[in-house]
Amino acid sequence: MSARFRPAHADAPWANALLAGAAILVAVVLLALPLAAVFVEALRRGLPVALAAILEEDSLAAIRLTLAVAAITVPVNLVGGVAAAWAVAKCEFPGKRLLVTLIELPFSVSPVIAGLVFVLIFGAQGWLGPWLQARDIQVIFALPGLVLATVFVTFPFVARTVMPLMQEQGREEEEAAATLGASGLQTFLRVTLPNVKWALLAGVLLCNARAMGEFGAVSVVSGHIRGETNTMPLHVEILYNEYQFAGAFAVAALLALLGLVTLAAKTLLERAAGRRAGGAA
Amino acid sequence: MSATLAWARPSRVAPVPGLGLTLGVTLAWVGLIVVVPLAALAIKPWELGVAGVAQSLAEPRVLAALAVSFGAALVASLVNLPLGLLLAWTIVRLDFPGRRVLDGAIDLPFALPTAVAGIALTALFAPNGWLGAPLMAVFGWQVAYAQAGIVVALVFVGLPFIVRTVEPVLRDMGRDAEEAAATLGATRPQTLGRVVLPALAPALLTGFGLAFARAVGEYGSVIFIAGNMPMQTEIAPLLIVIRLEQFDYAGAASVGLAMLLLSFAILLGLNLLQRTLRRGRR
Repeated sequence: MSARFRPAHADAPWANALLAGAAILVAVVLLALPLAAVFVEALRRGLPVALAAILEEDSLAAIRLTLAVAAITVPVNLVGGVAAAWAVAKCEFPGKRLLVTLIELPFSVSPVIAGLVFVLIFGAQGWLGPWLQARDIQVIFALPGLVLATVFVTFPFVARTVMPLMQEQGREEEEAAATLGASGLQTFLRVTLPNVKWALLAGVLLCNARAMGEFGAVSVVSGHIRGETNTMPLHVEILYNEYQFAGAFAVAALLALLGLVTLAAKTLLERAAGRRAGGAA
Repeated sequence: MSATLAWARPSRVAPVPGLGLTLGVTLAWVGLIVVVPLAALAIKPWELGVAGVAQSLAEPRVLAALAVSFGAALVASLVNLPLGLLLAWTIVRLDFPGRRVLDGAIDLPFALPTAVAGIALTALFAPNGWLGAPLMAVFGWQVAYAQAGIVVALVFVGLPFIVRTVEPVLRDMGRDAEEAAATLGATRPQTLGRVVLPALAPALLTGFGLAFARAVGEYGSVIFIAGNMPMQTEIAPLLIVIRLEQFDYAGAASVGLAMLLLSFAILLGLNLLQRTLRRGRR
């Protein structure tokens, strides 16, 4: 053996190799294979079949509806999340911990319950059901219900990514800006926003990915009307249950691509933010 | 003394503006989207009366579905403890080609829509799937369309929670304590068992709680692989959907409320356990 010295607190090279091998095995079985299965199944009958399934009328309607839901959901949770982060991180008021708990609550609520609560309020036999029916307003089985359920499910994403960072950065800079006479909006745009922009963007991306991919909550409020209230994940379910596997996996592959792009962007953003934090220190 | 302090600390720092506006927006947002809807869930079941709620929950099919959801979530989170620890350790402590890819891939279950994960895992573990076929041929195990399939789906969705809570703690821990233990003559297994693992225990418990809470309510990735046989592979969220389809709103809300209260009770218990752990280490 060589005279190379291994510190007593380090593991033997064979042990490390074993650990790395085991970790890679776990990642391949649990993460890589399911992802690969989506694309292999989508292309099983060839790319033209997969593309035709995506370009078919009901699929396009589902894609449009998904984009519409996300286009409403993300701004709502962006404004709410940033406002909440500002109030919690930069100001003082009683009941702060309760507020933070309430903001994080949707993460521990089943998506199905997220859909259920809006049916209880707006459904045909819900609290406001008769009132809405008398005025011919559709919430459940229509776009408003889909949006409400999706807003609930993606509620904490922006707040959760921005709030800790804003708390960490303290409020000295904002206090200085206020002392120098800056308005709240000026302070936010010129002082706070540049400090949190990467985290904010990451939060928006995660919120968007979840909004487009949400299944359980929208499944409860959608009514599954093809071409009308079917989002992409619900369309995947319908195709799958009709044994149109190639089509189901083709639409699923599109959603998987969205997930992959989000993941890559998030990783890049974290690196950008990390470099920034490191450079400032 | 106090005079100099008062002078040194500017006493008239302007407070950061915008509390009124941001708090107003926040309260409207939290109130309309979270508080009022969850209040509806808390109130609706009692339309049946206390006896009615009890009766609605005591149905064998409901009890079985709750047992399947909570049982599978427990098993999956227990499986995820060693797997999550292994992956966190590998990312933080080891260096090998592909480590960064592995690091990025761990968040895949967060990013992949649950319905996509559901049909992918089903294709993989079905009796004729890439993994399902050999498991069936070699061990005679049926994974998809059985309770094992539910556990597999919940392991998938829960894995990143444990990795991402343990990872930062492991990173911050440094190796000083391990070096000290080694210097004092501890063997490597002793160091890992008595120094490293206890320091990671609170984070493991937090990750376990997060993964468990997520798994209990999980729907999209489970319903494709479960088979959904009443009394055997039917999960509680699916029962809520079925009751809603029968316009049994109060019955659906009863199951939902029971699920929420049960999982909050378990999370509270985990929280208390964690406090005891922390106090014990002091």
